[in-house]
Amino acid sequence: MKETPLSACERTFLLKAVEEKKRLDGRQTYDYRNIRITFGTDYGCCTVSLGKTRVLAQVSCELVPPKDSRPTEGIVFFNLELSPMASPAFQPNRQSELLVTLNRQLERCLRNSKCIDTESLCVVSGEKVWQIRVDVHVLNHDGNLMDAASIAAISALSHFRRPDVAIQGRDITIFSPEERDPVALSIYHMPICVSFAFFQQGTYLLVDPCEKEEQVTDGLLVIAMNKHREICSIQSSGGIMLLKDQVLRCSKIASVKVSEITDLINKALENDKRVRKEGGRFGFAESMPKERITALKRDEAPVEMTGVQEMAEEFLSKGEAAPEVVSSPVIVATGTGQLGEGVQSTWGLEEEDECQGEMDKEEKKKKKAEKDEVMVISDSEEEEVVVLNPEAPKSKGKRPKH
Amino acid sequence: MDQIETGSGSVLREYGSEQNLLSKPDGSATFLQGDTSVLAGVYGPAEVKVNKEIYDRATLEVVVQPKVGMSSVRERAREQCVRETCEAVLLSTLHPRSSLTLILQVVHDDGSLLSCCLNAACMALMDAGLPMGRLFCGVTCAIDSDSQIITDPTAQQERESRALMTFAIDSKERNVLMSSTKGSFSVKELQQCIALSQKASEKIFQFYRDSVKRRYSKIL
Repeated sequence: MKETPLSACERTFLLKAVEEKKRLDGRQTYDYRNIRITFGTDYGCCTVSLGKTRVLAQVSCELVPPKDSRPTEGIVFFNLELSPMASPAFQPNRQSELLVTLNRQLERCLRNSKCIDTESLCVVSGEKVWQIRVDVHVLNHDGNLMDAASIAAISALSHFRRPDVAIQGRDITIFSPEERDPVALSIYHMPICVSFAFFQQGTYLLVDPCEKEEQVTDGLLVIAMNKHREICSIQSSGGIMLLKDQVLRCSKIASVKVSEITDLINKALENDKRVRKEGGRFGFAESMPKERITALKRDEAPVEMTGVQEMAEEFLSKGEAAPEVVSSPVIVATGTGQLGEGVQSTWGLEEEDECQGEMDKEEKKKKKAEKDEVMVISDSEEEEVVVLNPEAPKSKGKRPKH
Repeated sequence: MDQIETGSGSVLREYGSEQNLLSKPDGSATFLQGDTSVLAGVYGPAEVKVNKEIYDRATLEVVVQPKVGMSSVRERAREQCVRETCEAVLLSTLHPRSSLTLILQVVHDDGSLLSCCLNAACMALMDAGLPMGRLFCGVTCAIDSDSQIITDPTAQQERESRALMTFAIDSKERNVLMSSTKGSFSVKELQQCIALSQKASEKIFQFYRDSVKRRYSKIL
């Protein structure tokens, strides 16, 4: 499916609006859209809505042998997928440039910044380490996928709990969540990406561009930072030339935004922790907005069982009778062949010459008897071989043994 | 084996749905059954690739995306079940040489996943406004080791069951549009499960009606 192209008048309108410091949805130049973070029932599942952009992240773990070059470190694996739901332009299983850029940026932001302590993921050095897998699915594309993906990934990683392990000598015991409480990952800091869109060769900039703004942008600058004002990664794409003080200004804006977003993530994590501890309801079912007109919920409802037996009896009586179940398949004899055990081969194998004549006679007799007789084929080797011509007992000996 | 006790195990878990929650797809819906949650998005009728076009009807494509890992044969099997159900109800001859794409994202799997996918698909198709001859819903039944039928089983109940069946029931005459079964059971048990699913589907169809009434209550 093709994406609807942006018309020329929309493009001029957007560029003019940026020049006048106005945005389509009424935001200020440095404003972020509303961020909503919800967690699911199992640990490590998180949905982030950045305005209308929606992203789902899931963290899972597995015990694997470590990499040869790093035998004492765990492995963290990132996989971002652009679901075809997010935009008509996204096709399933297609490597587009956007996908590669997003994946690479996510890896650089989270892996190269060493925000996760991989040494603590080691169980038995050189043999078994935890592999943490982060799957990020983009569900709706309304611009700024990078920021939403990084917020979702770091929130999911902070929310995730891996199973507890105990090592006694060479034996590893992995406890299920019922036996021992799962353990959180050791995360040093939370790097979050902030995107800046540049227009008119770097003259104007916007923070958190929406999809339409992204389509008219000249270049994009993504700064990954944590709340301690440490820059984890910078990426500039689009080929625009930026001045030093522009980049410095962007990093100052980014530090303000990152501290706000980190507070938001921590608040969401605290809320979730509190609800789980108090034994309340948690998960996506609870976080579904009830007051919306497009949403509806129903409580547990018993299914009426009256009349089910009668209905079933009716179906059975109305339907055809099932064919009889026979323990071994039966084939009406004439004209049919059978492959397999228990039947004498009629391929005219070379037998001893004395028996040749007798064999021919037997075959003729067999053919006569076979006309209306039912031949039972047995799969079992222990069952007695059926003798078709009871008046020629010699035939038993002549049967080739299978 | 023949007599099934249909006792207190037959409840439909708490269910809910939200429509029109994504801005890009033409129709979207999420359906929750207990903790199982599926998000569905529909695009269509839209342009179709020449190698996939059918001259007199729309081409329906279904994609099921698992939460972790790459999609495998299991997802393909689910896609086929959902696609066959949808093709039976959609009036695809109204849109020849077009494509209808239905994408299902598994948000959480706690049992009865296929029926949750079917319900989410139906709500998303309704939200997209695609013409359908009738609505459909999915109901899952499990037969446990004591020969009790459990409707809408959780993942735990599914694991302990002897047989697991999912039926797609249509809204006009409560016929079975699609069935997917796993495990061993007798013909009588099958008929009882179908009868039970038909009874359970009444609740779900009533829920569809209530959702649509609520949604358009301000307009009508």
